Amino acid sequence: MATQAAERPLNSAASENPEAVVVRFAGDSGDGMQLTGGQFTLSTALAGNDLATFPDFPAEIRAPQGTLFGVSAFQINFGSTAIETAGDAPDVLVAMNPAALKTNLQALKPGGLIIADTGEFTKRNLEKAKYAANPLDDGSLAKWQVLAFDISAQTVEAVKPFGLGNKDALRCKNMWTLGLALWMFDRPRGPIHDWLNAKFKGKPELAGANIAALDAGHAYGETAELSGPLKQLHVEPVESAPGLYRTITGAEAISLGLVAGAQLAELPMFFGGYPITPASAILHHLARLKEFGVTTFQAEDEIAAICAAIGASYAGQLGVTSSSGPGIALKGEAMGLAIMTELPLVIVNSQRGGPSTGLPTKTEQSDLYQAVYGRNGDAPMPVVSARSPGDAFECAIEACRIAVQYMTPVMLLTDGYIANAAEPWKVPDPARFEPFPVTFLDAPNDGDNLLPYARDFKGARPWIKPGTPGLMHRIGGIEKAVDTGHIDYSPSNHQAMTDARVGKIAGVSVPDQDVCLGETSGTLAVVGWGSTFGPIHQAVRRARNRGIDVSHIHVRHIWPLPANLGELLHGFDHVLVPEMNTGQFKTVLRDQFLVDARPLTKTSGQPFQIAELEEAIGKFFDGIPGNEGGEVDANLQQLPTPESGHDDGTLPRDLRLHHDRDN
Amino acid sequence: MNDMTPFATTLKDWETDQEVRWCPGCGDYAILKAVQRTLPQIGANPATTVFISGIGCSSRFPYYMESYGFHTIHGRAPAVATGVKLANPDLDIWLVTGDGDGLSIGGNHLMHVLRRNVNMQIMLFNNEIYGLTKGQYSPTSREGTKSPSTPLGSYDHPARPAAFALGAGARFVGRGFDVSKNLPEVLKAAHAHQGAAFIEIFQNCVVYNKDVFDDFAQPKGAEDRQLWLEHGQPMLFAGGTQGIALDREALRLKVVPVTDGDWQSADVIVHDVTNRSIAHMLVEMPFGPFPMALGVLYDDPRPTFEAAVAEERVKSSAGKDTNLAKLLGKGQSWTVGDNAADPVSTRPPGQGEPGAADPR
Ligand SMILES: Cc1ncc(C[n+]2csc(CCOP(=O)(O)OP(=O)(O)O)c2C)c(N)n1
Ligand code: SF4
Ligand SMILES: [Mg+2]
Repeated sequence: MATQAAERPLNSAASENPEAVVVRFAGDSGDGMQLTGGQFTLSTALAGNDLATFPDFPAEIRAPQGTLFGVSAFQINFGSTAIETAGDAPDVLVAMNPAALKTNLQALKPGGLIIADTGEFTKRNLEKAKYAANPLDDGSLAKWQVLAFDISAQTVEAVKPFGLGNKDALRCKNMWTLGLALWMFDRPRGPIHDWLNAKFKGKPELAGANIAALDAGHAYGETAELSGPLKQLHVEPVESAPGLYRTITGAEAISLGLVAGAQLAELPMFFGGYPITPASAILHHLARLKEFGVTTFQAEDEIAAICAAIGASYAGQLGVTSSSGPGIALKGEAMGLAIMTELPLVIVNSQRGGPSTGLPTKTEQSDLYQAVYGRNGDAPMPVVSARSPGDAFECAIEACRIAVQYMTPVMLLTDGYIANAAEPWKVPDPARFEPFPVTFLDAPNDGDNLLPYARDFKGARPWIKPGTPGLMHRIGGIEKAVDTGHIDYSPSNHQAMTDARVGKIAGVSVPDQDVCLGETSGTLAVVGWGSTFGPIHQAVRRARNRGIDVSHIHVRHIWPLPANLGELLHGFDHVLVPEMNTGQFKTVLRDQFLVDARPLTKTSGQPFQIAELEEAIGKFFDGIPGNEGGEVDANLQQLPTPESGHDDGTLPRDLRLHHDRDN
Repeated sequence: MNDMTPFATTLKDWETDQEVRWCPGCGDYAILKAVQRTLPQIGANPATTVFISGIGCSSRFPYYMESYGFHTIHGRAPAVATGVKLANPDLDIWLVTGDGDGLSIGGNHLMHVLRRNVNMQIMLFNNEIYGLTKGQYSPTSREGTKSPSTPLGSYDHPARPAAFALGAGARFVGRGFDVSKNLPEVLKAAHAHQGAAFIEIFQNCVVYNKDVFDDFAQPKGAEDRQLWLEHGQPMLFAGGTQGIALDREALRLKVVPVTDGDWQSADVIVHDVTNRSIAHMLVEMPFGPFPMALGVLYDDPRPTFEAAVAEERVKSSAGKDTNLAKLLGKGQSWTVGDNAADPVSTRPPGQGEPGAADPR
């Protein structure tokens, strides 16, 4: 993790081979920072480091150049041990202009390294960034190490032989910077050369210029090391299992997992969606996978999206719908219809801060009650939650499996952080997943009679496609008679059917809960779900390294809960449940297992930091009774914040030349 | 509707064993019979016929049809039906909705199913009232309708279903009423139309809005108050003594007298179901000064939504590899370990590991 680098300045001898480093590239949205970050990520992956990234781009499509709200940043945490979060605070900040420095500076670790392009620290740019004086000169950066030089001029000089205009020449700045970063972390340039040659195929002068800039940045590193704060670091490769790897975001992983799930069920997939941040990415991915038997349907609203998916399931495809909180709320009544008609359906909820429109681009885990309890009537529904981008792939398959095997809607919970973040992913072999092919009923199931609501040993009713000769029958949202499915309001029937629906879901087979770090009993269990996996895991690992008796349990199956979970939790003296909400999973655990689960909550729209969790764990061992759990305050060090000038929708009106895009 | 080989059935084959629960005398009974009479005539197959409804008295319809049926939730039947049709375009879908179901809570979905032109027959039972919830006024209730929720009479302006449908982009608009002997002909025309076919069916709610359509629907004097439209025929009513002509100055329709059957010299319009301008005037033609326009008001097919979806799939799939293992490894990837099996290029078509048994 980023600790070692954090605790010692970068240029001290001891840090020459840190376990992990956090680097943030920040510049104007026109500077190509996401591209730089993406290529650096690739080279990092190629070097065998584990990594996690956190792209943070402005809410505007094209913000005015040089302004605070036009800053685009890309953070990467990489190391020689398993990396599960994008890191707390960066060790290195590359600031391509004053605005980038201002918006990202607060996050940088004390003692961290600032690399700044003085060519962009002009009077005009300083004004745009609301700096009264040049921070590079006024001593305000004393806390950090500063390497400031004219990257712009260096770049122009390097690409001179290619005869580009000044503007085009300056466009190569990001490659110059990338070259420097590659040198710093001892990365090969070859793959980037190949990539540039492919990217600018047919434009050899641009390919050449970019490569020259990259090489010049790399060469600069070697020269500058002789003096100044720049040091070359070597981060050892992480021990990875052999195989094919790629980087993947949560939205991609869910899309691929759904495709895989449909294939394992041997069904075409129908996906109904309506655009909403951060769920839209799944619709976008699937819209390009039609050749895999996927139909995507952009409906007129979320209700139509889920209803069309239910219609498709009724007709024999795997219906899937996806949204985030506000849209999931609209789908509630239709989920009840799918529960009542006992049709398979997967509902993906990419959670964001709420209630109402809330924080469209910020992450939160506050839809757990909505997922588990949020429907009228006794309407039980399985809920699966993904812990990371890669894990989302398997969770999507799991959701498909439960849906078709139990003839039920299933909710898959993910969140904005998982959806956008990338991590290296060992490409799985689809053949390793056990297929769960669906069989449709094609003949009467009770002598000459059809019983559309007769149940199998799992409690599931048969799936009957309209179009099948001889099996005509009617279904609907009105209470059904046992077996026949005819309308039946009688008291004993409603009792029997309610029990059958509840019993079916309670009996869904889910794997036993494991302990992902630590012992299976002891003093403290930190129980998480969803995207808090990374920080919890790191915090527990650090605490254990200090000899603290703490274990990490991460729950995928939120409903029904794993059968052994209650017993497992009772084996610990204390249970701490960190969540990015006001304590929703804690309530479910208390209710289901009568366990004294303590909440640790954070609702600032920011992910937990490892340090915050370490501190919370420490309180169970400090001998002060009653101070365990609590609430983690908003943290201004964490990006993005409006306080640091970043526009997350709260900038004053006069600074905003655009409308919000992300609602 | 769909091209299909005719299937031999009788009216009886379309009846279910379920007790019909509408109020005695309700217009829904007559519509049920008309539909059950129509389906054998068009050679419909019960196994590929699906009735999909929302919620309301009218939406109980599927339970009484011996075919596939889905009684969904209030207002959302068009969305469910769209999913069914996209998943299996061979199914022949009849949508049943009410004036509340289709124009109040479900107005949005009705608009979009028409605009997209999903191939199905949409029967809107217009009784100008909320029957199932015991008689509140509905979006089609006339101004001044007294109901439990409008004890002093309603004051909002009613929606006109046929005008709504045409405005939403419908390519077929028909009209009939529950006890009309012509209703099956309208249904047949709707079924023959490829695309979303909208049929407004006036329906008598004998309990909460009794006989509101009597002014044109009652047999006595019907000749004078009903204009049955037929493609290629002059718009005549009242036993051929009156007709509809275009007031060219005012650019609107007018009623003209016709003597001795000489409609030509009276300039009576010859109905053309493909003429959208005529359709617009007919759906706006106010009853009272004019007769009630019934039959097929508009019928001009256009390619359907499900055909476009299928076409796009073919186009976007052409020449593409559908190997899931390859898809998973797509993009910027790298290999760890020298002799690690490359899970992509070494994979047999069954997508298993090299040498693994073919899963199929
Ligand atoms: C979400 C929802 N809101 C309200 C209702 C109550 N409700 C049932 S039917 C109906 C109105 C039905 O009117 P209409 O569509 O005209 O059908 P009719 O009974 O007249 O045939 C209402 C408001 C419901 N079932 N669901
Ligand atoms: S309430 Fe009206 S519409 Fe409903 S069944 Fe009775 S008569 Fe028919
Ligand atoms: Mg009605």
